[in-house]
Amino acid sequence: MPEHKIDATKWIDSYSDYLYNYTISRVSDSEIAKDLVQDTFFAGLKSMKNFKGEASERTWLISILKRKIIDYYRKINSKKGKAEVRMSYSTDSDGEGEWLEERVEDKSYKNAEDTLENTELSVAIYNCLDKLPQKQAQVFKMKTIENFDTEIICNELNITASNLWVIIHRARTALSSCLEKNWY
Amino acid sequence: MSCEEASHICDKAQYNESTFWERLKFRTHILFCGLCKKHSADNHKLTEAIKQSKIVCLDSKTKSEMKKCLEQELKNQKL
Repeated sequence: MPEHKIDATKWIDSYSDYLYNYTISRVSDSEIAKDLVQDTFFAGLKSMKNFKGEASERTWLISILKRKIIDYYRKINSKKGKAEVRMSYSTDSDGEGEWLEERVEDKSYKNAEDTLENTELSVAIYNCLDKLPQKQAQVFKMKTIENFDTEIICNELNITASNLWVIIHRARTALSSCLEKNWY
Repeated sequence: MSCEEASHICDKAQYNESTFWERLKFRTHILFCGLCKKHSADNHKLTEAIKQSKIVCLDSKTKSEMKKCLEQELKNQKL
């Protein structure tokens, strides 16, 4: 009898945000990221029997997700390969200025270092969020990441505003000291 | 003003929900209270870190859709 019982119905609540966050910084398209996360859960279901419980469930899911992301890039790259790439280096056939514009650095494109830093920071924040009691993490996420109004959160979770602020305060204090240890 | 009140204003300020008078009172408080000053700095650091991290999370609608799909898949697997 396996000691590690996997409850797949809890996966979405426990890991979807973490996985999504991990994906979005690597594929930078929210729809594709959602699909990849969903695919990861499906793949996880299929290979549940092979999960030996040596790593945490989250680590295991991340390793599946990594492969999904690589597959995704392989797929779009093979499509790219089929397209014809034409590059004209002669200036006379091009309109004036075009040549330069084509080659100028795209400022909106984050450089690898930026992406890496942001990725790691948001993952670090999620790691710290995971250590909080579930309620605190939930309220903090709604208030800080989803930017819901206090009123909406209170209605949804059936708490008073002063309750909310107490929870937020505890969450922030805990997160602060957690990040202090692991990040800053 | 008590430290408790000060920390509440400080929390609200992280979400731009504090009033001008509250902020003024808070400023005066941390002139004398080192502990609150430190807490305020930490709190602000956290806000900045979150902003900088561009952290995201899935909306509840997407999550419930995902859950439905996953449960369906689970059922299929058991059959």
